[in-house]
Amino acid sequence: MNHLIKSVAVLLGADPKKPQPDDYTAEAKTMHAEQRADKSRIEAIHLELAHKAQYKTPEKWRRRRWTVLILVNLLFVVSFQLDIQILEGALTASRFVGFHMADLNSALQVMLAYKEVVINLVIGTTTVLIMWWLLGGRTFCSWVCPYHLLAEWTEMAHDYLAKKKIVKDHPFDRRVRTVFWIVFVLLAFFTGYTVFETISPTGILSRALIYGPGIALVWVATLLLFEIFYSKRAWCRYACPIGLTYGLVGAASPLKVTYNLSTCFHEAECKKVCEVPHVLDVVVKGRATDVDLFIGADCTHCGRCVDACPTHSLNLEFKGLGQLLK
Amino acid sequence: MAKPKKTSRRKQKARRQFLRTVVLGVGVVGVSLLGYLPVIGRWRERIRPPGALKEHEFLSSCIKCGQCVQVCPVNAIKLADMDEGFGIGAPYIDTRKQACDFSCDGLQCVLACPTGALTHHINYSHETEMAIARVVNEKQCLAAMGEGFNGPARGAAFNGKLRYEDVDRWKPIRISEYPYELELCDLCVRQCPIEIRIAQCEADKPPSGDENQCPPQHAIKLETIASDDGIVRKRPVILDGCVGCGVCEMICPPEPAVIVMDSTESRGMTA
Repeated sequence: MNHLIKSVAVLLGADPKKPQPDDYTAEAKTMHAEQRADKSRIEAIHLELAHKAQYKTPEKWRRRRWTVLILVNLLFVVSFQLDIQILEGALTASRFVGFHMADLNSALQVMLAYKEVVINLVIGTTTVLIMWWLLGGRTFCSWVCPYHLLAEWTEMAHDYLAKKKIVKDHPFDRRVRTVFWIVFVLLAFFTGYTVFETISPTGILSRALIYGPGIALVWVATLLLFEIFYSKRAWCRYACPIGLTYGLVGAASPLKVTYNLSTCFHEAECKKVCEVPHVLDVVVKGRATDVDLFIGADCTHCGRCVDACPTHSLNLEFKGLGQLLK
Repeated sequence: MAKPKKTSRRKQKARRQFLRTVVLGVGVVGVSLLGYLPVIGRWRERIRPPGALKEHEFLSSCIKCGQCVQVCPVNAIKLADMDEGFGIGAPYIDTRKQACDFSCDGLQCVLACPTGALTHHINYSHETEMAIARVVNEKQCLAAMGEGFNGPARGAAFNGKLRYEDVDRWKPIRISEYPYELELCDLCVRQCPIEIRIAQCEADKPPSGDENQCPPQHAIKLETIASDDGIVRKRPVILDGCVGCGVCEMICPPEPAVIVMDSTESRGMTA
């Protein structure tokens, strides 16, 4: 329970706290002490990093994820364009072989603005709520959202330019996403319009793919340019209320990235690739309070850390089913 | 002296980040609120699909998914772009380009709507209230000039479609592929979906064999204009049964059309 509260606090924008001495289990304490004393470990780390620099491991999870993301969005497109009617609608609301599905944030906006809920929307919202609770909430972001994919590509551009010292990352206070979420909830309720939908790059891109492009893509391009030249992954990290909604839904999900302290060398390779590195605070030397831990609710289960970790200390797991495909 | 300097630098960094964050917050919310302008300024008065609630409720309840677009057999429904602010992604019909001719019979868009923005309380074409037709350009009306009409109603480049019962009950075809031969132009009355249904019902052949499909009131008629030169002249008159589907506007040969659709606040359904 305590872990869940902390994970939600970090999701809402709190900085991860250094644990108190009482928070550690005896096993974890011994392990931390031993790791500090063990000189051979340090040597092993250096060897391993050198090896990793030489042989780049393939990003398995990223390949799988991009395939799924592209296929889902393509299924929307062909369902309409080829009239095969498997997945009709757009990411905001759809029907999968006739079953209603509604994006949780879009549905929330509509419910607050209209203040009346028809049964189809209840069905669609409940279905999607259960689905993403099982699949880990923000999994939607990295496995389905088309903006996420574009942002990953522009992130490569940002990283390249940052390496050449042409651009610099300007971080924002992460609590601003919670502020956005509350502001858009209030705006929907008081204006009676789905205000956030006007600027939602997820909805805009999904509709553009299915129904054809429009001037709204200029806004999406502006966001991407902002992320390249000013602040890395800014929309997903600091702004998008959809991400927060799904983060809350997946806070107690059975699907998690798990962390194992005993094998970790604290090299922080995982943090380098992570979209939301604050969730990986536990991998910092001395921070893990237990031997096995879950990564927090803001994690999008993109799997990049799983691939990046040289010692396999991070894994995607489904409670009760064990590790997912390695 | 070194220590306080360090703290102040960290403080300065934190203050910069705070200011940046405030600017980001105000900026993003500001951009989203710009979406209010086209709505309150009524920059565009759109005709919404059948069953659409009154404009404000419609924009509140529409989830901007386009499922109504996907089921329309004549592709009458389009989605609005960002220049319509809060109306982004909401469906509309450009009646001159492609009107709703109810060729699906069952109001498929209404059935497809997941949120009730197109109200599920209606089932038949005559129950809709999309707009109201207005005669605005009577001088150019072929019937008012006593002229007939030969050939397709709109030019070869025109993509609009209609369902013609005598061609194919289920497959709408392009208007430009359907030539007419009329002594006096009566296209607006002849193609009016409401009038077609009334005629079918009077011939004891209601659409889909369902008597509930029969509209209770006429929508449009041609009224004789008194003249002393012996030429028969008529003018279109819009009646109470008009639902504003826009077929008369789409089919009207002159440019601009003699009849246009007017979607005022009074139109639209009450939930």
